[in-house]
Amino acid sequence: MKSMELAGLRERVATLAGETRARCGVLPFAESALDHALPGGGLALGALHEVCGGGGDEEDGAVAAAFLAGLLARLAPSRPVLWCLTGDDLYGPGLAACGLPPRRLLRVRARDDRTVLEAMEDGLRVPALAAVVGEVGTLPLTASRRLQLAAGASGVTAFALRRWRTGAQADAAREAPMAAATRWRVSALPSRSLAGEPGIGRALWRAELLRCRGGVPAQWILEACDATGHVAVAAELADRAPAAVRREPLRAAG
Amino acid sequence: MNGCERLAAVDPRLSSLLAPGMPLADARAMVPDLLAIEADPEGDAAALTRLAAWCGRYSPWTAPDGSDGIWFDVTGMAHLYGDEESLAADLVARLARTGFTARAAIADTAGAAWALAREGSAKATVAPPDATRLALALLPVRALRLPVETVELMERLGLRRIGDLYKLPRPSLVARFGFAAAERLDQALGALPEPLSPLSPAPIRMSQRHFAEPISRPEDLAATIASLAEKLCRHLAAEGVGARKLALRFFRVDGAVIVLEAGTARASRDPRHLARLFAERLERVEPDLGIEDMRLEALVAEKLEDQQASLGNDAGVETADAALALLVDRLENRLGPGAVTRQRPRDSHLPERAVEPMLPFAAGEGGTPWPSDRPRPVRLLARPEPIEAVAPVPDDPPVMFRWRRLTHRVRAADGPERILGEWWRESDPLRDYYCVEDTDGRRFWLFRQGLHGGEAPPRWFLHGVFA
Repeated sequence: MKSMELAGLRERVATLAGETRARCGVLPFAESALDHALPGGGLALGALHEVCGGGGDEEDGAVAAAFLAGLLARLAPSRPVLWCLTGDDLYGPGLAACGLPPRRLLRVRARDDRTVLEAMEDGLRVPALAAVVGEVGTLPLTASRRLQLAAGASGVTAFALRRWRTGAQADAAREAPMAAATRWRVSALPSRSLAGEPGIGRALWRAELLRCRGGVPAQWILEACDATGHVAVAAELADRAPAAVRREPLRAAG
Repeated sequence: MNGCERLAAVDPRLSSLLAPGMPLADARAMVPDLLAIEADPEGDAAALTRLAAWCGRYSPWTAPDGSDGIWFDVTGMAHLYGDEESLAADLVARLARTGFTARAAIADTAGAAWALAREGSAKATVAPPDATRLALALLPVRALRLPVETVELMERLGLRRIGDLYKLPRPSLVARFGFAAAERLDQALGALPEPLSPLSPAPIRMSQRHFAEPISRPEDLAATIASLAEKLCRHLAAEGVGARKLALRFFRVDGAVIVLEAGTARASRDPRHLARLFAERLERVEPDLGIEDMRLEALVAEKLEDQQASLGNDAGVETADAALALLVDRLENRLGPGAVTRQRPRDSHLPERAVEPMLPFAAGEGGTPWPSDRPRPVRLLARPEPIEAVAPVPDDPPVMFRWRRLTHRVRAADGPERILGEWWRESDPLRDYYCVEDTDGRRFWLFRQGLHGGEAPPRWFLHGVFA
């Protein structure tokens, strides 16, 4: 009986998620391998998504920022994006190279994680925005629920770009439960040098879909996004479970 | 100067015996148990300035005058108290309750008000509009703010009342008492403007409410803000402007004045927008025993076309622009001015100077768009950080470097891209930038400053992180 009730609830939740998806739509990656792994064929709009870097980039958040910029480049290109952060190291020319032009980017300089979350929630109530990005270390479950609700109500998509300053913070946060629709980890991979050609060529990323509501985890090797914000699958690793979280030595804060 | 202490002021009850200027020793002889307090002109002036600020509830424009007066411009304020008589009576009564003996007068001109406040028969006097001549006629000539010698001369000539001067032909008035005296008379009668009373009245950019019963409930305060915003916006619309900076003042029963300020990213006269700027900070206002007056002022206003203003004003339809403007204002009022910006290209080769913060709604896209054919990182450090680099071959990228206590081995690199500082900033030597990839695939933007074989060995810096 109890399990039947539970099953009923699950179904109801799935229906609700489906309704939001139907109302707000999805953003396809335009790469069938990725889109097939996502319910509805793309990243659910009007929902909260979580993106973090891997390895040393957990702190710098460069790959994660570029991954997001590529998504935002193709998400409602006529509308601005609110990007909330505490330290302003986000560099316009680099984002523009991923397809996100400076005129679309409204940056909000907040004092700490708490004010970043407040600013995100304010932004999520304004349907004139394409999306809201917040760079946060700490993201309590309650706060993530609030963001998810606000995003669902307005149809504005929310992205939490996780940046962890210390190894301890990262360890605690990686496993913390979250109300996000998806959780991604995007990390740099050594690029493939072309035989006989000097230089570094197009960057390679490992994109791990660690969690996906209504879907299953998967991972791919991607060519970094181009000037129009598109990524290309270099190799599909969907038959393998995502690698266990690598406990790499993290450097101390400071 | 000669060591003689003199009286600076005298309690009115003793005015029949003592007068200011009298030596203290003489005064003590007249009144043996005299309580003398040392004069403190600076303290008095400061107190007068504070009192002038407190009087702000009666007028958005108050200023201390001399050592014992306060100017008010009460244009458009009287209706809050019923009429001018009630306003003046309320002022005198309220000051009496706080321990000040005060006299007040309201008149068409500053000069007439000054005269009536000091020499009028009642504690609170109102000269009816256009009857200034009559109201002043019987007052002594000293009420005209004239030098003592002039007053004494007039009195010796039998000109004791202001009305006596009316009869004097103007040339002889000037000839006998000077231009200054004639000017004071003209100012009092309104024939000559005084800076206090400008010819064309300043536009009304405020709205105020007075409560016979002090209010303190948050919902009452919020409702008042909404109605003040409505009214202010009507004034702004009449003028064709919108507010950029606002102040909301709460006048408390205990005399305290609480001021909230707010700014807008774009001129606005949308009442809901303006009200919302203050609504969420209302919790910071401690009403204490109650609020007696609230006033909303537009401190800075800008021209605003009808068409722009109507955005977001129609029956719940908020256009995108208006909604964004409101969001920016909310964020800036919470996080501080300048918290919301955009970046635009600036024509500079130096990476850190190639971006320029701009206001969210400023026009213009800045300099030439950033060149897309050169690699630029997604994260640029606020300052290039020095790194220890191993670069055995001159003019080649390092094979290894240490940044923030981690060692990175370089497996591939692009570069150099030579960037010259701006020639007029000689402190910027040229930099050779390399985009390097370490064995993990992470990409960094490094540069070398200085040349091999130069005076000082070249130094390496890390400036950004690529994706």
